[in-house]
Amino acid sequence: MSTNVVEVRNLRKEFGSAVAVDDLSFEVKQGEILGLLGVNGAGKTTTIFMLLGLITPTRGTIKVFDSDMHKNRFPALQRMNFASAYQFLPYHLKVWENLFVFSEIYGVKNSKKKIDDLLELFELTRLRNTKTGMLSSGEQTRLNLCKALISDPDLLLLDEPTASLDPDMADKARKILLQRQKESGMTILNTSHNMIDVTELCDRILFMQHGKVIASGGAADILKQYKSESLEEVFITIARSSTMEVV
Amino acid sequence: MNFRTVRALMIKYWFVWSRSTFRMLDIFFWPVMDLLVWGFLSVYMLKISNAVPAAVTFLIGAIILWNVLFRAQQVIAVSYLDDLWCRNLLNIFAAPIRPYEYVASAWLMGLLQSTVVVCVLGTIAAAVYSFKLTALGYGFIFLYANLMLMGWSLGLLTIGLILRWGPPAEALAWALPFLIQPVSAVFYPVSVLPQWLQPVSMLVPSSYVFEGMREVLRTSHLDSHYGWCALGLNIVYMAISAVAFKLCFEEARQKGYLAKYAV
Ligand SMILES: Nc1ncnc2c1ncn2[C@@H]1O[C@H](COP(=O)(O)OP(=O)(O)OP(=O)(O)O)[C@@H](O)[C@H]1O
Ligand SMILES: [Mg+2]
Repeated sequence: MSTNVVEVRNLRKEFGSAVAVDDLSFEVKQGEILGLLGVNGAGKTTTIFMLLGLITPTRGTIKVFDSDMHKNRFPALQRMNFASAYQFLPYHLKVWENLFVFSEIYGVKNSKKKIDDLLELFELTRLRNTKTGMLSSGEQTRLNLCKALISDPDLLLLDEPTASLDPDMADKARKILLQRQKESGMTILNTSHNMIDVTELCDRILFMQHGKVIASGGAADILKQYKSESLEEVFITIARSSTMEVV
Repeated sequence: MNFRTVRALMIKYWFVWSRSTFRMLDIFFWPVMDLLVWGFLSVYMLKISNAVPAAVTFLIGAIILWNVLFRAQQVIAVSYLDDLWCRNLLNIFAAPIRPYEYVASAWLMGLLQSTVVVCVLGTIAAAVYSFKLTALGYGFIFLYANLMLMGWSLGLLTIGLILRWGPPAEALAWALPFLIQPVSAVFYPVSVLPQWLQPVSMLVPSSYVFEGMREVLRTSHLDSHYGWCALGLNIVYMAISAVAFKLCFEEARQKGYLAKYAV
């Protein structure tokens, strides 16, 4: 039986009077790839940040590898890594320097080879000695993924990891992630607005709306549930129906 | 404290500082300008009035030691702003880096930088004003250490305030040391201050350092009570700044500022 790497129970986050996450409960099993889907402002990033211990929940508990992420997040953080299309690595460092610094932070062994392999994998080798600030957005996104994989994390949190990647690179990035996941049994939690990402990567999806889960299951289950041909259609249906509800 | 983490962050600062001409200028330019302008001014004042000859050495010693304190606080504050402005802060806080490891690495870089700055200023002062840093004797190390410790508290407090109050507080990175300079007895003794301000000054560790510096330059002897008083106060302020930082950090985690101000 597989064990839960992440266990979220009755999670709630209020920012003043606004509720960003509302009574959210879910778990992610070891080796599973879970996708968080939802309209802008649904609470996906807030959830990811609470999982990293960067935001304190108003209520509820989060356990990652059995550590309570509010009280003692450091043992778990050592086994986790994170990439977001909206975070960048220091722009005045060269590409390899940034990866080297993070490999040291995570205590990676044989870091030189790892850095070279990752740069090769994400087709960044020729930019090895370029200052990070000079990279295009897609190249920076790829570098973020290198940083996220450098520590061979057991749990990888990705916030829109393929935003700004061209379709070819996005496809390659998904394949790399899948390959890595197969090899190492890494668990992945991933938010995305790209339905191809979700379909190809995720074993299971949570649809979030106003901080709550309103549909969950494998892509096929959800399509069946909504009698739809594509996740995009389901997304639009959910988004518009809830707007109507709110109105 | 994980020394591997501290070392990793120091490597990062080394990559940043070693390469940037502007940063190097920032480290040396202002202290050297200070030394030249105030040094020559005091030489001039000495010529036109019957000021005590020691005034020149007091001023030069003060400029050198003030720069130790300023650098110690600056490196911590500016390193944090750097990560904030680069949008790297979440990568840092999402990594297994404890806040005190983050601060310790910047502080050690500050120690390195201020040592180099002191050497450069000491050399210039010796060449231009015949000022001997060695006149401060071994007591200098005690005074220096106290300024570094005070820089730690000030740096930590600066980061805490920026974490909690965001961009409007960023100017504090440069302003905070100057806010306490008037009551730090840097260029004049505590006795010059109005009576009501003197007790405030006596609560500032650097006041004892600068008073001690003047004493040793005047008498070639440093009464160790200056160092011990500064150390006692420093320990108290380090504890206070650690608590203040923790409160600001927790508040930032509550309000989501860690994520939002980094973005
Ligand atoms: N620090 C904060 N203070 C106040 N409100 C916040 C804060 N952080 C997030 N919010 C609000 O919480 C809600 C959820 O935000 P979140 O960033 O989690 O959305 P998201 O699902 O990631 O959206 P997107 O798809 O646009 O990235 C939004 O309405 C946002 O305005
Ligand atoms: Mg988001």
